[in-house]
This record gives sequence, C-alpha cells and structure tokens, in this order.
Amino acid sequence: MSVTVEIERRGNGPQDRRWTCPACRTEHDHAAVRRNLWVCPECGHHQRIGARERISQLADERTFVEYWAHLRTLDPLEFVDLEPYPERVREAQASSGSTEAIVAGTATIDDSPCVLAVMDFGFMGGSMGSVVGEKLWRAATSAADEGRPLVAVASSGGARMQEGAVSLMQMAKTTCAVDVLNDARVPFVAVMADPCTGGVVASFVSLADICVAEPGALLYFSGPRVIAQTTRERLPADFGTAERNLELGHLDAVVTRAELKAKVGNYLRLLRGGGQHDGPGRRDSRRRGGRTRRLARAASARVAAAFKDTGSEPVGGGGEAPGASEEPPA
Amino acid sequence: MNLSEEAERLQELLKSRRHERRRHDTWLTVQIARNKDRPRTSDYIGYLIEGFEELKGDRLRADDRAVLGGLGWFDGRAVVVLGHQKGRTLDEQTRHSFGMARPEGYRKAQRLFALAERHRLAVLTFVDTPGAFPGVAAEEGGQARAIAETMLAMARLSVPVIATLIGEGGSGGALAFAVADRVLMQENATYSVISPEGCAAILWRDAEFAPQAAEAMRPTASQLLPLGVIDRVIEEPRGGAHQNPEAAARRVHEAIGEALTELEELTPRERRLLRRERFRKLGVWGGEGAPV
Repeated sequence: MSVTVEIERRGNGPQDRRWTCPACRTEHDHAAVRRNLWVCPECGHHQRIGARERISQLADERTFVEYWAHLRTLDPLEFVDLEPYPERVREAQASSGSTEAIVAGTATIDDSPCVLAVMDFGFMGGSMGSVVGEKLWRAATSAADEGRPLVAVASSGGARMQEGAVSLMQMAKTTCAVDVLNDARVPFVAVMADPCTGGVVASFVSLADICVAEPGALLYFSGPRVIAQTTRERLPADFGTAERNLELGHLDAVVTRAELKAKVGNYLRLLRGGGQHDGPGRRDSRRRGGRTRRLARAASARVAAAFKDTGSEPVGGGGEAPGASEEPPA
Repeated sequence: MNLSEEAERLQELLKSRRHERRRHDTWLTVQIARNKDRPRTSDYIGYLIEGFEELKGDRLRADDRAVLGGLGWFDGRAVVVLGHQKGRTLDEQTRHSFGMARPEGYRKAQRLFALAERHRLAVLTFVDTPGAFPGVAAEEGGQARAIAETMLAMARLSVPVIATLIGEGGSGGALAFAVADRVLMQENATYSVISPEGCAAILWRDAEFAPQAAEAMRPTASQLLPLGVIDRVIEEPRGGAHQNPEAAARRVHEAIGEALTELEELTPRERRLLRRERFRKLGVWGGEGAPV
C-alpha cells in the first residue's frame, strides 16, 4: 500500500531510507526498490504506485503529454457524509498531487504511439466520478479520431459514491466510449493493477481488446465483504487474484511490471499489424500486385451486387439496410 | 446584533428541518421501492404485454430466474421485453434470488437483445434489483464482464430501447438493463450507485446511517430528473404502486407508449447515435473555461 511509502517519505532523510515490503516484511533500500519499479526484490510483491510513477515506467522518456487536466470536480449532489465531498477532493489532491483519479494524455510506449490513461488508486480509491468518466470519454474518442490505440491502466475501488447515480452513469458512458473505439477499429489495451474492482471492471476495462493484470492484483466486481454479508459463502483463499482470474479465462495474461512496457508495445504493434502496416518478416507490405488488386475489386463488386436491394424495413421505417447502422461516425 | 444572531439561528434551524424532511421523504421512498407488494416485472408484463411468450436460458449453461424475458405484443407491435424478477413470497423471492442476476441472467439479456436487433423488435426493459448477485460462482463466472457486455450490447442496438425503473435500481446490476434511449422511472422507485446500507457502511462506517446515506445520494426520481439520469417521472397512485397496481400499470403503459412512438420516428442510426449522446452528456464537471 502507498501508506508505507508515505511513512517512509515522512520518516528518514533522503539518504539511507528503508522500505519494508508489506507482503514479506523484508527491508530494502528505498532507491533500489524504486529502481526495481516498486516491486519487492525479495518476494516480487507489486507495490501500488501512483499515476505519475506508472506513466514514467510505461511511456517512453519525455513522450507523455498530458491532456484534459483542466477538468475540475464539482459537487452535483452537495454530498456530505462525515466530511463534505469538496473537502475530500481537496485532501486527495493535496496528498496525491493529481487533480483527479485519472491522468490522461498521449505518449509512445516502446515506440508505439498511443493515448494513455492511468488511474490513481491514491486519489479517493481511484473512484470513477464525472471527471474520470469525461477524461476516459475524451481519451477514447480522441484515440478513435486520430487512429491512436488507447492504453488504460486501471486501479480503482469502483464508482465514486459522493456523486450518486451520476457516478453510476459513468459506467454506461465509458462503455459507450469503448463502442466508439470499436467502431473506429482502434485497439484498446487494458492493464489492471491492484486493486481493480466494482464499476470500473464491470464497464470499460473488461471490454478491452486485450486485458492483462499485474501479479497478485485483486480483481472483482463484488468484494469479499459484500459476498460474505449476502451469501455467507466461504471464499477461496485466492479469490479474485489475477492468477485465479487467468485460470478462469477472464484475463489474457498476467504480466510483471518489468515486462509490462515491452508487452504493451508488442500488443499495440500486433493489433496494428494487419496488412497496412509493416511487421517482422514482411518485405513489401504496402504494395499489392496488379493482379491482386484487380481480383479484390472484382470481388467487392460481386459482393455489392449480391447485397443490393436486400435491405429490410427496420422498425420505425428508417429505411436503412441492416448493415448501414453498424458504423456511425465517432 | 441580537436580532441578526436570532435570524441566523432561525436560518440554521430551517435548514436542518429541511434536511430532516428530505431525509424522511427519501427514506420513505426507499421503503416503498422495496415493498414486497409492489408490482413486479411479471405484473407489468401481465398488464402491458399481450400474448407474452417467455424465452428462457442464456444458451450457454443455465436459466437465471432473476431475469424474466421474452416476446409479446405492446400496442399492436411485437417487442422483446425483459426485466429483473423479484417475486413476492419468501419462496418466490428465493427462487428468483431477490432479483439479483448472475452472469447467466445478463447473458440471457444479451441473447434477447441480439434477437431483437436481428428481427427489428423494440426492446422494453424493467429494472427492479438490489444489485447483481454477489457470490463466488457469479464472480468467477464473469459477473463483471457479463454486466459490461450487456451494457455494450444495449448501446449497440439500433431498435428503440426503453427502460423503466419500477422498484430498486441498485448499482451496475440495474444499469446493465438501462442503457436505453429513454429511461423512465416511477415516482417511488430508486436508482443509486450503491445501497444506502452499503454507502453508510463505507462512508459513515456504520450501516445504521442508511437513511443519511440515502438522503445524500439523492436516489429518487424527482432528484434524478434534473441531473439527466432519467428522462421522465411516472406518477404512482397515492401511497405507491402497490395500492393500485392496475392504475400504476396504466401510467407506465402510457409513458412507454409515448416514448416508443417518438423513438419510432428516428432512423436506426439516429437512435444509436442519440443514445450514445445521451450517455456522453451524463456527468457534472467544471474547468472548461480554463486554457487546455
């Protein structure tokens, strides 16, 4: 947990700072752990990291340009629990150094250009409110417009309760954002970092083309406490872990932090590598021979002729062929 | 000096009275929404849909009885209709898992959406659930993805889609059936991101504060209308829909009928784009004036 880091920061001076692994309790040199991407050198425990740290690990050096940082959190419900919502936001801003629970912009990852959106669990539990939803919407739609893949690193406790049903709506909004990406055939890679739960998993994250998680990350919609309260079931010891999810078929891979950048870069190259792009082993990728071109043209003319006049009358009498509604503009 | 102090004191008193009043009203609505005698999805199907043919199963592994769906006639046109089914007696409620759907239920919905799209049938949904079923098997069966894919399937429909909240609208489990062109909500239904008890347990660290949490989340129809979360409030008979289910159903019928007629004026493509636009606009944020 980031708590440990905070204590260390406040504690000793910049030299000889020590870091204690929350998993195996071994002590390590602060700088060494940082060089190891905040992974315990002893047991491989992946320490939670903030959005800025994640971006510096994933994005190629000096390629990240932040966008949409000007969007500000408001208090639509004038929500007060033990503290007013704006007060909680201010505290989160002060302690995390971010304006909201997500930081987004453009970058290259292992030389592949992308739109990169990273959630920050340290900011109110990475909860998804209006600003997170709007930033994800803008990240996805600008990715679709520019044909740049979207890479999202999600770490979240779920929806932001202080925005009530408005935060619930962000699940639908970010789902629609994925719909825009899919329509534009722009790749979407999601990385789940500990913990990734609730409304964020049950919306855009699970809809990614490729969905990977860090080792040991906890991933679930309903948490152990809610399950225990409602059904009184005994939970398996590895409930919700990335490894268990991999076994169950919910993930494409579990990827260590050290491998993450190369893997994501590779996914992006592969998803963009079909035909129009250069890939390994392809010597002359762009030029099609004259014969191939002629064949392709003749085939598409035949297909077009075969489909002519088969459009059925849709509900409401819009008069569009069934296929026509498949691809609205982004 | 004394006078202004007195005025201030009275202002404070007034404010706290308003709060109390609102808390009381909201909590009352939560209780009516949860009332066992409240008409269920099956009741509204009975009143609104002629010749209902239930279609069971997710075509993969099971039939989730927390979701009731099928085909039928609404005002002369065939429609796909589905909703959470809660049941009334304890036996029924247990059989229907209190309206808490499992992945099988969401996948049943997805295959009914596909059916609707293929045969150009409008989709009517009824939302009445405390939330998605929280259990190990449901989680490990892909609950999160099942909800996400159901929302995406709804977003992609080009036929008219109308969701009506008739009781509890709990969290993602409810929203999965409400990515619609029009979201209608009965006067005493609720719609919220988490149950008042769950919210109180987390933010107040005590579930006893549920009425406070309910008030803070503003889960009632009249509170959600100005936020754009819902499009129309459907009035209920005095005391709630359970006092006169038939009259309640008449009003639901009328509201759905009007919405459907409007939506049928649009092309499939327009419906999809406008639905997407409806959800894009949801949210409240500031800072747009600042330089990018």
